[in-house]
Amino acid sequence: MRDALVAQLPGLRRYARTLCGDATRADDLVQDCIARALERDHLWQGGNLRAWLFTILHNLHLNAVRAGRARPAHEALVEAALSIAPADQHERLAAREVLARLGDLPDDQRAALMLVAVEGLSYEEVAAVQGVPVGTVMSRLSRARARLRSDSGEPPGLRRVK
Amino acid sequence: MSEPVLPPGDRAIDAELQALFGPIGDEPVPARLIAAVDRPSRRRLMWRTAAGLAVFLVGGGLGWLAHGQYQASRPDDGMHLATLARGAALAHRVFAVEVRHPVEVPASDEGHLVSWLSRRLGVPVRPPPLGDLGYHLVGGRLLPGQHGPAAQFMYETATGDRLTLYATAATGTTETAFRFLQDGETAVFYWLDRDVAYALIGATDRARLLPVAQKVYERLER
Repeated sequence: MRDALVAQLPGLRRYARTLCGDATRADDLVQDCIARALERDHLWQGGNLRAWLFTILHNLHLNAVRAGRARPAHEALVEAALSIAPADQHERLAAREVLARLGDLPDDQRAALMLVAVEGLSYEEVAAVQGVPVGTVMSRLSRARARLRSDSGEPPGLRRVK
Repeated sequence: MSEPVLPPGDRAIDAELQALFGPIGDEPVPARLIAAVDRPSRRRLMWRTAAGLAVFLVGGGLGWLAHGQYQASRPDDGMHLATLARGAALAHRVFAVEVRHPVEVPASDEGHLVSWLSRRLGVPVRPPPLGDLGYHLVGGRLLPGQHGPAAQFMYETATGDRLTLYATAATGTTETAFRFLQDGETAVFYWLDRDVAYALIGATDRARLLPVAQKVYERLER
């Protein structure tokens, strides 16, 4: 289990970063997630480790959101994107419409999209993480993608930012 | 279930998101996270036993699980911890009801209390702060234990509910998981942590005492 867990760290860090923005807070969240996972590994039934870990991380973040300790989604996304972008892209990225629209999505829709598009989770895995039926995940995804496509019918990422 | 083929617009959105955030996953993983995975399993043992105990108490049919957890815990190294726990419970019942002289040294003189008891026990002991749980230190006293001097720290809530933390030097260096004893209306969690045996006692039940015991354990560790 140890190596399998270590193998999930890059993805968990990335997802946490998009939730928290700065690396320190994101890694704190991942560390909490690991601690929780190790405390409860007797509850892990040997199923999908990745889905289980993302579920723990997701729930820890939801607790922070409910407690008012989480940062606004848009702020976190911009900071996460900027943290890995070359300096000359910073101005462009900060204004990036896709980040703004992503930040405006309802949390459930954004989480579903990030888990599928960035983390490569299957619909079933996302359903497990979010604790909803697969059909709900699919409708969250289609709404999220529709919002990001916006009125123009063109994905915002393909448009030039003025 | 196979994932549906996405229209090109949606594929472009996903690719855009991957381009924006994907590289975060290429960063080296900080050492502290690897260390968190490899951390010694002390806390795990604690939690497992607590969980196993809950299973044992809830359903006899699953009692074998708790039994298995107990097998995993270490021997007491000469100390009979259950006897110690009963002694600690008795000391709690004697002093927790005391109105005028619940403690020998009050919390206002905590520095002296800590140094005095540590010196008498021969090991450093101190009362962890539990104010965030609503328990404030009243003070402490020296008691005769099974194997020598013991310390009793008393806490109380604003409504006068009292908890005591009992500590005595342990014979040998080992650790155990949390163990639990319900002695009438008195609930006791007790454990061995390196060179000190601890018991946390309250006139309550297991479910209410456990979160406090976990905090005490965590804070003593620092």
